[in-house]
Formats: sequence, C-alpha cells, structure tokens
Amino acid sequence: MTTKLKINRKFVPVLTTIGVFLVLYFYGFLQYKGMRTPQAFLNLFVNNAFLLITSIGMTFVILSKGIDLSVGAMIALTSVTSAALLERTGLSPLIVIPLMLLMGTLFGATMGMIIHVFKVQPFIVTLAGMFFARGMCFFISLNAIPIRDPLYRTMALYRLQLPFFERAFISLGAVTALIVLIVGMYVAHFTRYGRSVYAVGGSEQSALLMGLPVGRIKISVYALNGFCSALAGIVFSVSLLSGHGLYATSVELDAIASVVIGGTLLTGGQGYVFGTLFGVLVTGLIQMLIQFNGELSSWWTRIAVGALTLIFIGVQSLFVSSRKRRAITKQTVKETIPIRSAEGLA
Amino acid sequence: MRPTNISWQRLRDSQLFWPLLALALIMLFNVFFTPGFYNVEIKDGHLSGFLIDILNRGSILMLLALGMTMVIATGGVDLSVGAVVAISAATATVLINPALAKQLISSEELIKDVTYTPLWLCILTALLAATLCGLWNGFLVSRGKIEPMVATLVLMVAGRGIAQLISNGQIITVYYSPYFFIGNGYLLGLPFPLFIVAFIYFLTWLLARRTAFGMFVESVGINARSSFLSGISAKNIKLIVYTISGFCAGIAGIIYSSNVKSADANNAGLNLELDAILAVVIGGTLMTGGRFSLLASLIGALVIQSTTTTMYALGVPAMAASTIKALVVLIVILLYSDQTKVVLGRLFERERAGT
Repeated sequence: MTTKLKINRKFVPVLTTIGVFLVLYFYGFLQYKGMRTPQAFLNLFVNNAFLLITSIGMTFVILSKGIDLSVGAMIALTSVTSAALLERTGLSPLIVIPLMLLMGTLFGATMGMIIHVFKVQPFIVTLAGMFFARGMCFFISLNAIPIRDPLYRTMALYRLQLPFFERAFISLGAVTALIVLIVGMYVAHFTRYGRSVYAVGGSEQSALLMGLPVGRIKISVYALNGFCSALAGIVFSVSLLSGHGLYATSVELDAIASVVIGGTLLTGGQGYVFGTLFGVLVTGLIQMLIQFNGELSSWWTRIAVGALTLIFIGVQSLFVSSRKRRAITKQTVKETIPIRSAEGLA
Repeated sequence: MRPTNISWQRLRDSQLFWPLLALALIMLFNVFFTPGFYNVEIKDGHLSGFLIDILNRGSILMLLALGMTMVIATGGVDLSVGAVVAISAATATVLINPALAKQLISSEELIKDVTYTPLWLCILTALLAATLCGLWNGFLVSRGKIEPMVATLVLMVAGRGIAQLISNGQIITVYYSPYFFIGNGYLLGLPFPLFIVAFIYFLTWLLARRTAFGMFVESVGINARSSFLSGISAKNIKLIVYTISGFCAGIAGIIYSSNVKSADANNAGLNLELDAILAVVIGGTLMTGGRFSLLASLIGALVIQSTTTTMYALGVPAMAASTIKALVVLIVILLYSDQTKVVLGRLFERERAGT
C-alpha cells in the first residue's frame, strides 16, 4: 500500500502538467474553431520543435543539479555560423551540420570543464558562455544572413504527411524533436548513464562515494546540452532559412520554464524527460491560445508563462518541503522557536 | 623584508584588491591603445570625456550592484532587476506622458514640455512599483521557500510583460525637461546620477556597516540555519535585501528612462541583471554568500562599464563587445576560484621559503 502511494507522489508534478495541458486544450477546443483540426495540435510540435530539443538537453542539466543559460545564444550562434559557412564559403550542408554539432558539443564541454575543475557555479559560467556566444554572432555578421542552400530549402519545405489523417503533416524539425525526445527518454531512464545523472543530481557526495565518475558525468551533461542546443539551432535556421545574432533571445528562460513546468525539480535528481514534452506543449499552447484570442497582446504570453512557472514551483516546493518535514524529527522543530523581526535588534 | 610581506599579504586579502587591480589593468590598456581616453575637458559648463562617460553610464549598473551585493551576500541572487528597471521606467514615463499610453493623441500635444502628473508623484509611484516587485521576490524567497534563482526568474520572465502592460506595448517618449535632469543633468560639473549613486551608497553603507544589519546579512549568507538559531530572523533579513534590491532597480529605471528620454519595455535594462551579478562577483562577494563589500561591488561595476566603454572607443560593435566582456569575466572568475588561489598560495610560499 505504502509503495503504491509513493509512486503516485512521484508522478504528481508530471500528472499535474498533463492535466493542465488537457484542460487548456479542451478550453481552446470549445472556444476556437481553428483548434479543432488535428493540424492545430501538430502545429504545437512544428512551431516548438527547437524549444523541445533544447529543453530536453536542459532537462539533463537540471537533473544533474546544474543550469545552462547559454542555450539561446548557442542557437543564435549556430544559425549565424552555419549561414555564414554555407553562404560565404559554399561548404556543403553535409559538412556544415556535423561541424555545428561538434562546435556545440565542444562549447558545452568547455563550460562543463570550467564548472567542474574550477568549482565555479554553473550559473555564472554559462552566463559568461551566453555573453560569449551572443558576441561571437556579431563578430561573424552584424546583419541577418539569408540561407539559399538548396538542401536547406528542401528540408524547410519538407512536410511529412501523417497516415489516417487528411491534410495533417509535420515538419522535419518536429520529426527531429520527436526522435530526440525518444532518445532522451531512453537515455535518462534505461541506461546506466541516465541513472548516474540522477545520482549526481540527487547527491554529488553520495554519487562520488558510490564510485561514480562525477566529474565526467557533469562535463558530459553540459556537452550533451551543447549538442542539443546546436541541433536546435540547425532546426531553427532551417525553419527560418537565415541566421542572425538576435534570434532566439530568452529561449534559455523558456527552456528552463518548460523543464520546471514539466515537473523536473530544480534542486536536481528528480523529474522526467517525458514531463518536459508537456512543459513545452503547455508553453506553446498558451502562445497559441493568445494568438487565437486575437484581442490579448503577445506580452500576455510572458506573464502567463511566468505565472504558470510560479505555480509549478509552488507545487514543487510543497512537494519538497513535505518530504523534508518527514525527514526532520519533531524534536528539532520544537527546539527552534520563531524569533521576531531582526529590525528591532538592529 | 618581513613587514612588507605582511602588508602585501593584507593587501592581497583585501576585498578591494582584485577589483582595483582589474580596473587598473583596463586603465593601463587604455593608456596604450585608446587615444584620448584620459582627456577630460569642460564642455557647456560640465566635465566631459571617456572617464566621465564611464561614471555617468556606470551609475545605473552601480545602483543595481549595490542592491545585488546584499542579495548575493545572503546566498541568493536577483535575476529580475533588469525587468524591474523596465517596470519602473514604464511607470514613470506613463505618468508623465499626457496620453497615459491609452490612446494616440496629436503629436503637438505630445511634445509639449509638460507633465500630467506632478514629478514627485511620478518618481514616488515608480519607486513604489519597483519596491513592490522587490518585496514580491523577497516574499517568494523568504516565505515561499523557493530557491532565489527560480523565484526571481519568475519576475524576470513575467516582468517585461507587466512593463508592456503598463506602457500598453508602446515605446513611450517623454518631453519634460525637469525629468531629463535626473539622467542627463550636471551638478558641480559632474553628472547628476553620480550624486544619486553616492547618496544611495551612503544610505546602504550606513545600514550595512553602522547597524548590525550588515553582519546579519553575512551570517545568513554563511549559514542561514545557525543564524536563525542564534536569534536572527533569516526570513526578514532576506525579505529586506530583496526589497532593497528592487528599490535600487527602481531608481536605476528612473535614471535610465530619463537618460534616453523614453521607456521601451522590451529593451530597457536588457541583460543588466547579468552585468550587475558580474559586477558583484568581480567585487569579490562570493555567490555562495557571506562576506560582502559595497565599495568593491561599485568598483566591480566600474570595471564592467569601463570594459564596455573601451570596446566602444575601439570601435567594436556594441553587440560583439559582450564576447570580450565574457572573457574578462571568465578570467576574473578563474582568478577568484579556490583552485587558482591554492596554486598561487603555493607559489608565494615557495618564494618566501626560497628567500
């Protein structure tokens, strides 16, 4: 009986997100005609493919108790660099794409190395990484570079027709995102590496004592996220067919918000890659509802996402504090007498 | 040789040493590479030149750094200051603007040199709005027990939306000369914002060093639980520091909007939160909390601002300058890190053993 309850508790944040998504979708379904087609649902994937890819990378970082603020800048850097390479040097996309993925991975690994070796807070290092990547974009080009490469154009226009539905299709970016999702879920929940990430996030000390290569895991998590953001950058530049340093601003915040809404604890060690999918879907759905409404301005999206993040963090902290409360014995609670404002003392 | 060694040691341990060294390095760089960097001339009855420009433009960052220092000293962080700058700027300009951002009116009426709300009320409302934002953050952190980075992230995401809501999504331009004085005026030949910074620094210094408040902040940063057990209300200390941070961001927002004579909810104070955090980090206050120095943070802010200004003087595009800034910050962080200190300490010891 008790074990059953525990499992239920573990799934509470994810289930809440799925519930919120269903309620919101149902509301939109009743309210707007445009949302009743299967394509409206698929557009959530098409429009947010890059966000989903980068959020999955972010999930791993947050699971390991880290944070990466550089993903938005990395997406922009990938778009600019690939556009510059394609247009100025005429390199084949088949070389450019792997090169970009390598660049992202190395960039992430470097940040991870600094975080691990110099014991600097991830927050600060990735902040510097974000500044660095954004600046590099403008060293390469001050203006947007259009991509005229035929392969990129074909990829941008490609639509995968879904079976069973008429006129229901998804883009190549969405397909990539779904593949990344499946791989991410497999890696996180069914491999030794995934378990190690959870262990490091839960308690680095214990992971170290267990004999896990903590350093290697931490560095690899950032490398993985660098790879994901570079991949997201490619999907992004394929969908826009251009590259510019001002693209994808504050995507890092959207990604973190999606991960949090998806039920992953920011304190690390707990969460599901699957939840992140719904985090992204909820964020995208809010945007879609506001677009369909037409009267509300686009800034309501930001307020709504902020409010939703807050609610989910609230759910999380309740979840965590109730766990802590059980851990602390009643004795210590009795001993700590609340003391009134320190202003009087000052 | 021993006495000099000891004073060198003390100098090196002082929190002001490293930021001052960084500032000196940038200044030294400018001696060689930026012609005319040290020219200060009198133009229209006030001083002008690169150095004055650094002080003038750095004033916003210095204000944010002052508030941020105490937040970071408690082991927290305030990511929302940029958004609060936008909120405060939007509030002040909306009240000055005759249209109140509600409807478009004829341009003649818009460019009249008038305000539609008394100036003191504009400033007070903007400061109140910003302080409320800070209070909200403090409430989430101290009462909601949410991790500071996350709690302030909420306002960082939603804050710009709120600012746009206030300004109705428009870039509000103001035409009211007394308001311009705040950000553009000169007093005794020096930029007026500098006097505001000095005043706020004096107030925060009084609070932090002439009352026990500063010590409480440090003790909360070092160990919140044990300071709670020794009778310090960690909750309220946290609440107060976030409120102060919001208040400082509010003043910064007023200076900003007065300086550029408009308020753009999307771009006002963009990335400033990062600059402010970096200023504090360069100032030697650890992100994990504990000992802090307001003066060192001010110098840290000047380091960042002079790096930026140097980049502009050298003709580096504004956006690309952030790469150089990132490298500077990274070097500083690596210098501060314990690992480097251990290596340096060993080097010094070996030297001393050798002599």
